Amino acid sequence: MLLLLLDTVRWSFYPPFRLDLLFQQMERVGVRSVLVIVLTGAFSGMVLALQSFHATRQFGAETLVGVTVALSMTRELGPVLTSIMVAGRAGSAMAAEIGTMRITEQIDALSAMAVNPIKYLIVPRVLASIVVVPILTIIADFVGIAGGYFVGVTVLGINAGAFVANMEKYVELDDIYHGVIKAAVFGLILSIIGCYKGYTTTGGAEGVGKATTQSVVLAAITILMANYLLTAAMF
Amino acid sequence: MIKIRGLHKSFGAVKVLNGVDLHIPYGKTTVILGRSGVGKSVLLKHIIGLIRPDKGKVWIDGEDITRLGDKDLNEMRKRFGMLFQEAALFDSMNVGANVAFPLREHTNLNDKDIMGIVAQKLEQVGLTGLEEKMPAELSGGMKRRVGLARALVLDPEIVLFDEPTAGLDPPMAEAIEELILETQQRLGKTFVVITHSIRTAFHIGNQIAMLHEGKIVEEGTPRAFRRSSNPVVQTFMAREER
Repeated sequence: MLLLLLDTVRWSFYPPFRLDLLFQQMERVGVRSVLVIVLTGAFSGMVLALQSFHATRQFGAETLVGVTVALSMTRELGPVLTSIMVAGRAGSAMAAEIGTMRITEQIDALSAMAVNPIKYLIVPRVLASIVVVPILTIIADFVGIAGGYFVGVTVLGINAGAFVANMEKYVELDDIYHGVIKAAVFGLILSIIGCYKGYTTTGGAEGVGKATTQSVVLAAITILMANYLLTAAMF
Repeated sequence: MIKIRGLHKSFGAVKVLNGVDLHIPYGKTTVILGRSGVGKSVLLKHIIGLIRPDKGKVWIDGEDITRLGDKDLNEMRKRFGMLFQEAALFDSMNVGANVAFPLREHTNLNDKDIMGIVAQKLEQVGLTGLEEKMPAELSGGMKRRVGLARALVLDPEIVLFDEPTAGLDPPMAEAIEELILETQQRLGKTFVVITHSIRTAFHIGNQIAMLHEGKIVEEGTPRAFRRSSNPVVQTFMAREER
């Protein structure tokens, strides 16, 4: 996988630069994931508000619900949940599509037609994921905080001014930046794993199924492990 | 001329090619014959550099392609066309886009010119007007024809065929053989065909080479091949005739 990653980096710098393929993948990985990410972000923010309300109410600090939701979303849940959802939706599709191309000799056909398959298939997917997962994360952060606000202020009756003021006071831009950097790393992880599993598929239709499942499981575990390391390094 | 010398290839403990020596002349159809699983596809993929050998050389016009880097190998591959066993059409693209693919990747032609060439190539393989069809809508024989149109679209000097008639019913197999024969005679290019069918080999081959247990055990014109006293060839032909 490391060799594939190195090859991907190498081919990223060789012309011609295929912006058409990059935009196509950004649409597939990014635009088509927006609804899933909005739903994930919204419900995560809402449940966070609910849980933190019950915890903070015991010592009269309900107005900290906003900051709890915002920090949890921007630092951890936004990037992690977004990446895992994208790994399930788009990373698995990469493994399945490239795996099918491998077993039906379409990848060999690309090579035979003097088109480098890493440059044509993998570089656009990896670059697209590195770009769009942070964007999706910002959407998830925003929707999650909005969901938390809805539950905290509208449903649970927390004072709106205090909710927002505490959030403004304790959440810094660095929290958002760090979350976005994490998301870019996770985008790289989920895409290179999806592509690698597809690219090395053997064993017919069963092999494609295995590659798809493995890509999601491995990406999710790797993202969680990388999240710990990045958190330890950043905060 | 394509010259292969001492080609060895193993996958794990399985030795597939065990010292293949072969000369493939230009402007003719050379058929590499052998039973299924003997390593014919592996040999064919060495000729276009899709597989690197463990040992041995493949020369195209005196240049050893086993030593070429990615960039030079890609340049060399532009001289080739290849028809894969199941055609290997890109299933996300329609027929027109499949045939147009090498033109879009390697030429600066505009869309109108590209589609003109695509229409011409499709006509040559008997599939006029099928540009909008998706590969999933085509029969096995039609896929091979589209694959052949795509293999020929850059007017390559050398065309490789991986079991072009495998899995087709006899009339369709014969139609594909006729198409290969007619195309080779019309273009005068170098065709290399691998097949397990001795009928196909005799029908389209100017030269036949037999691969057995990792080596070329017989090589010659169809006429000479028929008269071969090699027991492996005799056994293979006797089985096929049964």
